[in-house]
Amino acid sequence: MREYLVLRVIAKMMIAFMLLFALYVQFHGDFGPGGGFQAGVISAAAIIFYAVIYGLPAARRVVPEWLVETMVGAGVLLYATVGLAGIVLGGNYLDYFVLDSNPVHGQVRGIFWVEAGVFITVSGVMLKIFYLFAGRRRNEGPET
Amino acid sequence: MAVATLAIVVQRNLFAVVILLGIYSFMMAAVLVALDAVDVAMTEASVGAGVSTVLLLGALYLTKGDELKPLHRPLLPLGVAAATGLVLVYGTLGLPAFSDPSAPIHRHVAPRYISEGPRETGVPNIVTAVLASYRGYDTLGETTVVFTAGAGVIALLRRIRRRKKEGDPQ
Repeated sequence: MREYLVLRVIAKMMIAFMLLFALYVQFHGDFGPGGGFQAGVISAAAIIFYAVIYGLPAARRVVPEWLVETMVGAGVLLYATVGLAGIVLGGNYLDYFVLDSNPVHGQVRGIFWVEAGVFITVSGVMLKIFYLFAGRRRNEGPET
Repeated sequence: MAVATLAIVVQRNLFAVVILLGIYSFMMAAVLVALDAVDVAMTEASVGAGVSTVLLLGALYLTKGDELKPLHRPLLPLGVAAATGLVLVYGTLGLPAFSDPSAPIHRHVAPRYISEGPRETGVPNIVTAVLASYRGYDTLGETTVVFTAGAGVIALLRRIRRRKKEGDPQ
């Protein structure tokens, strides 16, 4: 698809807004619909869009393979670490009330980090699955 | 939606099936918006219609574009599916009526989430509050499921790819 000028220009314009919308869904999830899962999918879709238009190598340069694989595990670890932080600070596992001197602020802080963990894992897994499928296609391409 | 479902079943061209599945997901998202489940609708639209369509198209590129003729006659599976559907419909008759305020699900913990949630968590969106705080364990489990799915796909597809690389020089 590298020759389609209209697609390339429109894609370049839209990807920025898609990423911005993903961040909006992520951080506005406390007030409106959305949250880590949706934001992760949307941000992964933006990168997949980039890969479809500009080719997989270009996307691999933007979001390298090692970063995606790290994200897959890091999100779950971040989530579990928030839970452990609750224990360390004297509460139960995944108890957010103790994360701040003000329990409500502690809740907000805990939810923020937990959603961040969900976001990281979901977008990492989605991207990784796409990379693997698309990568197989590329490797098989010259053979057929 | 019934038309889309029938078309998916009848259609033999898999590309058309993938597109129809995307259309179906969007209609499902519209239904969920009508049911005031905006968070779920958003997930359905982005995952069902967006990412999974792309992944299915990617998988389609690796395989053939047409479904083969079925080897067996579909009467027995059809009968099993119809019977299961009838049992499920019969089961829904025992559920409380839609949006019945005295249904058990509305009287157990939901009132506490609605009345105390915004004050206790400081998060106005009750869905987020329940998801991330009250049901934090469940969401941790879900995230682990997503992680496991990703790890499984990595384990499956990467081994094939590596074998191909080893096979190339021979």
